[in-house]
Order: sequence, then C-alpha cells, then structure tokens
Amino acid sequence: MSATGYNFAYLDPQTKRMIRRALLKAVAIPGYQVPFGSREMPLPYGWGTGGIQVTASVLGRDDVLKVIDQGSDDTVNAVNIRRFFARTADVATTDRTAEATVIQTRHRIPEAPLAEGQIMVYQVPEPEPMRRLEPREAVTRTLHALADYGFMHVKLYEDIARYGHIATTYDYPVMVNGRYLMSPSPIPKFDNPKLHRSPALQLFGAGREKRVYAVPPYTRVESLDFEDHPFSVQRWDEPCALCGADDSFLDEVVLDDAGGRMFVCSDSEYCASRQHAGHTGPAHRAQRGSLAAARAGEVGIEQGKPVPASNDTASARLGRGPASS
Amino acid sequence: MYVAVKGGETAILNAGTLLAQARRGDPAVSEVSVAQIAGQLRLGVARVMAEGSLYDEELAALALKQAAGDQVEAIFLLRAYRTTLPRFGYSQPLDTARMAVRRRISATFKELPGGQVLGPTYDYTQRLLDFSLLAGGEAPVVAEAAQPLPEHLPRGIDLLGEEGLIEPELPPPGDPAPADLSREPLSFPAGRATRLQNLARGDEGFLLALGYSTQRGYSHTHPFAGEIRMGEVALEVVPEELGFAIQIGEITVTECQMVNQFAGSSTTPPQFTRGYGLAFGEAERKTMAMALVDRALRCAELGEEPAAPAQQAEFVLSHSDNVEAGGFVQHLKLPHYVDFQSELELVRRMRAAIASAQPAQEQTA
Repeated sequence: MSATGYNFAYLDPQTKRMIRRALLKAVAIPGYQVPFGSREMPLPYGWGTGGIQVTASVLGRDDVLKVIDQGSDDTVNAVNIRRFFARTADVATTDRTAEATVIQTRHRIPEAPLAEGQIMVYQVPEPEPMRRLEPREAVTRTLHALADYGFMHVKLYEDIARYGHIATTYDYPVMVNGRYLMSPSPIPKFDNPKLHRSPALQLFGAGREKRVYAVPPYTRVESLDFEDHPFSVQRWDEPCALCGADDSFLDEVVLDDAGGRMFVCSDSEYCASRQHAGHTGPAHRAQRGSLAAARAGEVGIEQGKPVPASNDTASARLGRGPASS
Repeated sequence: MYVAVKGGETAILNAGTLLAQARRGDPAVSEVSVAQIAGQLRLGVARVMAEGSLYDEELAALALKQAAGDQVEAIFLLRAYRTTLPRFGYSQPLDTARMAVRRRISATFKELPGGQVLGPTYDYTQRLLDFSLLAGGEAPVVAEAAQPLPEHLPRGIDLLGEEGLIEPELPPPGDPAPADLSREPLSFPAGRATRLQNLARGDEGFLLALGYSTQRGYSHTHPFAGEIRMGEVALEVVPEELGFAIQIGEITVTECQMVNQFAGSSTTPPQFTRGYGLAFGEAERKTMAMALVDRALRCAELGEEPAAPAQQAEFVLSHSDNVEAGGFVQHLKLPHYVDFQSELELVRRMRAAIASAQPAQEQTA
C-alpha cells in the first residue's frame, strides 16, 4: 500500500496477477482475444479502463510512462490517466516517446519509431473486429475459431463495389501472424503499417468488453486488402504548418469561420521535437495573423506526394502472394 | 502561434473545484448529512446498493451525496470502490422463506397462510403532492399489530408446487458453484444463475422497459405476481476453521416470484413456470421487471422461439449494466479528432470523385 491508501498502481496484487496471466496467454496466441475479469476502475468504462488495467498490471516502479490521446500528451483524458498513475504508482512520466518504457495510447501510434523493450498499451473500445457485422459474441468466437473471415472480406469487397475503394479509415482490420483477425483499436489506418513487425510489445485492453489481446515484438500484422485494391494510407496535400513534417498524421485545425484552416501534427511531441530541432512549417514562414494565407500553395513540397511508409509495409494479399507495392 | 486545443491539468483541477461548489449548493442552506440521506432517502440508497453490488447504506448514501443525487454516478462510485475490497468468501444461500417480512403480497391468491402484508408501500397512496412536507413534520406514530407474524412464512407459489401445477425450482444437476460476474467475464451461452446475477445489478430503467415490452406483445409470458416479499434475511457464512454456519448480519431484500403460463410440450404436461427477481433493499419495481425478463430469457429452455429483444440473452445481458453503458455512451465526449479527420478526408475525396465523375483513387503505400 502506498501513502494514497491504495495499492501500487491501484489494482490489488491478485487482480494484477490475473490480468498478467491473461496477457501471457494473449502474447502466446497473437491477435486472440483473451477474456479476463475486468474490474470497475475509478475512471468510466469507455474512457480507457482496459488500457489502464493493462498498464497497471505491467507497470513497475522504474518504468517511465507516456500517455497520449489523439497523439497528444496534453488532451484532457491523457492528462487525467497520467495523473492517475502519477498519483497511485508514483512513476516517472514523460512526453518523449524515446524515453518512455510504457506508452498508453488512445487512437494513435507515435510517429517516432518504437524500440525493443518498450510496451505499447492500446485502449480498445470494441475488441471484436466483426462486431458491426455480427453482434453476437457466441457467433464471432466461433468464426475466429474456424478462422472464417469471409464476412469481413465481403464487407471490404462491397465497399469497393459501391465506392471504388475500401471506405474504412480507422480501426482498419488486420490479420495477426496470419491467423487471427484483429481490431487495431481506432487508430487511423495511417498507423497500421507501424504495427507490423514492431520491435515493441503491443498490448491491447478492452475493459468494458473484458478482453485483452497482444501483438508480440516482430509479429506479422497485415492490413486486409485485395490484389487489385492494395492497402493504402491517408495523405495530405500540405505538410504540418508548424514543423513542416510531411510524414506524420495531420489534424485539421479550423482557424476562423471563413474557411481558414491549417494542418498540424497530431503527435504533439513529434511536432515539438522537430520544431526544437529547427524545422519550421508554412505557418512560421507566414507572418503572425495571416495563417490562413499560409495554407495552400506556398508549401514547399510537391503536391500529392505520397506519405512515405515503411519499406516493410504490411499489405496482406489475403494469402495470394507477396505484396506488390 | 497556434497552440493545439489542450485541456491542461489546471483546467481539470478547476473543473473539479467547480463541481464541488455546485454539489454543495447555496452555503446559506445547511449541508445534507450522509445519515440524513441514508435515513430519509432510503429507496435511492437501496438502488445504489443494488446496482452498485455493495450492501452498505452509509457508503451508498455517501456516493449519492458526492454524486449530487445522480443515481447512475453514485452506482459507479460505489462499484469503483467495491473493486478495491478484498474478497473473504461467499455466504450461504439466503433463505427468503425465513425472512422477517415487512411486506408480502400475492396477486394470485386472495388469502394465503400468513396473510397479505402491505407494509410501507406507495401502492395505495393518492399521488398528491404533500405540501405539509415543505414545512417538515412530526414523525408519525405507528400502531403495533395485535400479534406478530409467524417466523416462517412459506412462499405463496410453493402451494402450487404441492399439486405439481408449477415447475419445481431445483438446483441444476450436480449443484455447481455459480459464476461470479464481478470476478469473471460474462460468456455465452450464460446459465440462469449467471443471467440472474447480471439482472440483479442491471439498470432498473433498462429492465423496466424490457419487462414492459414483454407485456406489450414482444414475447408475452402471461405473468402473474405470484408473490412479492420484502424484509430482512439473515446472512450466514461457514468459516473454514469452524465448519458450521454462523450469522454475520442481516440485509434487506425484495424478492419477486412471477407465475407464468406454459402450454406444455410433448414431454411435459401444461404447468406454470417461474420468473425470479431479487434485489437489495426495497426494490419492488426492479424485482418485478427482473422476474419478467428472467422468464423471457428462459425461452430456449422452454422451447419458445426467441424473437423479441427481451428473449435475446446477448442483447439483454450485454447492455444491462449502467456503469458500462453510461461510460461508453459518454465516451463520445472524448476527443475523436483523429478518427474524424480520417473520415473527413475520405468524404472529401469521395465528393471530389463524384464531382469529377472519376472513381476515387488513393495513393498506395
């Protein structure tokens, strides 16, 4: 017990042991959803209780914790969760991706590459990738057991038939280690390639749905696609207005009610460290107060330039041969 | 220079202080005490205990005070506290036939052994606002009954059992220990003990609506209120070192036994079936709704086609918990800029594609 009257990292040792056992099973069967006795936490279900329980179970006194929401360390929920652990576990916290040993996230993977020894903890609202196609848990568990993912392929195919392309932009389904279909949590599909053969241990916690699952380091993670419709990620026509990055996920910021807007890195730490290193974006080059004018056109990069992705981009061909991208 | 929309730690702390101020209200009016809430808002406290799954009037009243009367928030507070408590063991099954009854009614028998006991009920009050309560009044004087109730009051519908008219209520083969939903995740198919556990801490409003739906044609089960009883029951545990049961206290519960028609099948002659409801405290509306839903959920076992929402176990059990539901519905308040940005980009691209009558093309990664 700590001075707060609660256990280290809030959960009692028996509960942590139960969750660690579930996590070990999850690591042993990559992508498989392991049921666990999720507890009520002092934060609401749907606000990261799964991630919090996973973090609480793996956190040690020497860990350095980073918490992000929407890529930023400073959004309210990230602040609140970081405060929770600073209070109940008294661990060091950081916003530097490279310094963190445990990174709890909602909706993003940091832009800076992860390293061996780091643990990513994802907050998962709906662990079942087929839930919107089949609401019954008894049925989806059977489909996983049989590796029968026809549902999802048909859904993606119907998108292509209707729109000419796959209309899923976040929580884009992935195959893990060639066996289990998995929800990567609602990260933008932009981040999906970062899951593939990541040197970090990736743990996923769904508190309300009482499931954990995992992607061990260097595991194959392939985004579903078709040979003639390969997986692709979002791109922007301009770089980050603040740091000039053209390889990061950008948030659109509305500046006024006259259509003025700019695009800035969603990963606030990545953006800040780039700016610290002397990188500037169009907003810096424009004079103060005329940000909107700085928007299109003046950007020093080629319009329509594809977002660079890892050479090892995960593009599943549904088992029909190697990627051709 | 633009700074991304951020809710700093200071803003969170300030919001907390504002909340405390709003909860306290006008400082010129004296503060409500936890004892007052526990003593005078007992039905609100009972609901918090039942759905918070923790029988502690003082803590439930504290939660209600802290939640400014918001029941679902108070239930959440109590549940979050409950998680931190060590588990000593499990009690013996409650024997509600030996309840110290304060209320006991049956709608199926005009007269039954022990009689009908109305107890403290709103049922026959005329719902007129009592303006005398504005001033505060004297505590009423209650006349004592000429003779006490018998200690053992048999359950009304057990009388039907003697004739074989109602299905017997027997433990499942082997009498397995029931699952503990507060320790293990819900899995499907869920047995009746698990379902009842889920319903007992399920949201009253949700169960009420579902129970109501069964009366309006969405799985009609022809229910009669066989018996409803409320009172105090003894709580017994068997400590390992003693090996026999000792009473550790008593709790107030409400129990509802619904009697439902059943046409019978090729193997079973027509007989009445049961729906069961039980909750902490005085919780008649909740237990009646629970009993209706319990009976509806038994459709598979009784050979009825599951068609209505109240008959679908996954639908009912996965959505009954207001702590889970309240959290997830309200999580929509959290920032979703990244997902929304992704959708925005997609919709723009699709609109552009339509405008140029070209199929949308993405750059491949």
